[in-house]
Amino acid sequence: MELEDHLFRQEAGRVVATLTRIFGVHNLALAEDVVQDAFCRALEVWKFRGVPDNPSAWLMATAKNRALDVLRRERTARTFAPELTRLLDSEGTTVSVVQELFGANAIKDDQLRMMFSCCHPRLPEEAQVALMLHILCGFSVSEIASAFVSTRAAIEKRVSRAKKALATSKSLFDVANAIDFAARLPSVHRALYLLFNEGYHGASPESAVRAELCREAMRLVQVLLNHALAATPVTHALAALMWLHAARLPARVDAAGNLSSLFDQDRSRWDHELVIRGQEFLDLSAKGTALTEYHLEAGIAAFHAMAPRPEETDWAQIVLLYDMLMTIRPSPVVALNRAIAVAQLEGPGRGLEEIHAIAGKDRLARYPFYFGALGEFELRSGRREVARGHFQAALALARNAMERRFLEGRVAACEGGRV
Amino acid sequence: MSEFVFLYRGGEPGRSPERMQQMMQKWMAWMKELGEKGHLKDQGHPLERAGKLVKGKQKTVTDGPFAEAKDLVGGYTLIEARDLEQAVELSKGCPIFETEGAVEVRPVMKISP
Repeated sequence: MELEDHLFRQEAGRVVATLTRIFGVHNLALAEDVVQDAFCRALEVWKFRGVPDNPSAWLMATAKNRALDVLRRERTARTFAPELTRLLDSEGTTVSVVQELFGANAIKDDQLRMMFSCCHPRLPEEAQVALMLHILCGFSVSEIASAFVSTRAAIEKRVSRAKKALATSKSLFDVANAIDFAARLPSVHRALYLLFNEGYHGASPESAVRAELCREAMRLVQVLLNHALAATPVTHALAALMWLHAARLPARVDAAGNLSSLFDQDRSRWDHELVIRGQEFLDLSAKGTALTEYHLEAGIAAFHAMAPRPEETDWAQIVLLYDMLMTIRPSPVVALNRAIAVAQLEGPGRGLEEIHAIAGKDRLARYPFYFGALGEFELRSGRREVARGHFQAALALARNAMERRFLEGRVAACEGGRV
Repeated sequence: MSEFVFLYRGGEPGRSPERMQQMMQKWMAWMKELGEKGHLKDQGHPLERAGKLVKGKQKTVTDGPFAEAKDLVGGYTLIEARDLEQAVELSKGCPIFETEGAVEVRPVMKISP
């Protein structure tokens, strides 16, 4: 039997979430050690004997047996989760109690509980994202570091601090408390949004790594969608945004390995199943009264997805959505994207005006596509020399080889090539 | 054809589930290839790290493991090969070298005089 890609990663997240509920959040490190142990066993046994019919069940069962060993050995030396202690005191045998705690019904919400616990308000957003990737998605510290283009030491520090904060919180988040749940849900949305964005727009030189982050964010949103309290219209908006953007991932890099802009992408390579699913999510997001940045960004992505060719894009609607986005979540990057839409609708001159009017545009000074947009509009206005200067500035800020090649192409275009 | 035992020593799997899955897939691919080429007499078994050591006239029992992690035998496989040289060549495909482990290649003693 063949193993599903990334199965170990996903299962590591599932198993550690369940073990943490049973051991108590203060024993997070112990839960991680038990998971590590169970996975080493799988590695040892499966390499000789092949993959069992149900690898996920095998891993969970192995973790359960390891957990039993730990509980028997350390019951007097450690305090575990209050729930467990209560059950052990009242119901007798460790085996029967552990069976129950590992039952399908009991473990159903473990990932959700862990996801909400990782988004603790005491943790900065970037720590929440790193913690989710580490605990729920089974990314090692080095893997997070390479995905975030950061150093191992920096991520190590961020993750271990976050873990310490999590382990000193009294208990895991209570997903049955509807009021707390509704209050924490926006932070969870935000963290998943940042995770997806890091994958989609991030500065990583390796495109494969980025697609992985998008996929993990989508997997965790799916966990939210499977839970009645979490499957709100806002969650559907976030899902729509992710699915509609992910649909374009296969076309972002062309056959020659070059970055392809939205205008140049081969739209037949978009994943149309993801588009359809994204549209369904968008429909579901319209129930209720909430209008969030996720709704608006999903709406913009939907107008792009609907256009069979770039010329058929409904730019008027897109500018309208950007206007609304600027009122609820203004930022220089949103303003820049709005300016690009305005240029498509009303011409490059208007695009330049809008860019020059961006409040706080100094915050874009390190962003290659700020100069890239200036270059495009100047080039379309026929000022090749000015455009070339902007593209060269963008080139100097390029964060990876793909961006560099793309911008070199634009510099060349100013020197008399294709406009 | 002669028989050989591969003893797998050490090999640190690391703490990344993704890496562990990749390693396992490499092991399975390697075993499959040995099998397809007719070299796999018995794919063998993994061994537990812990155990007991019984020793001496006094039959003293001590708790294992009995070696440092890097030398510990983690499993074995029974191989068929033309000669020791070919068995050694076959062992070089083992993924254990990526995790700083080693393969000990030992000819099974022939019964005939």
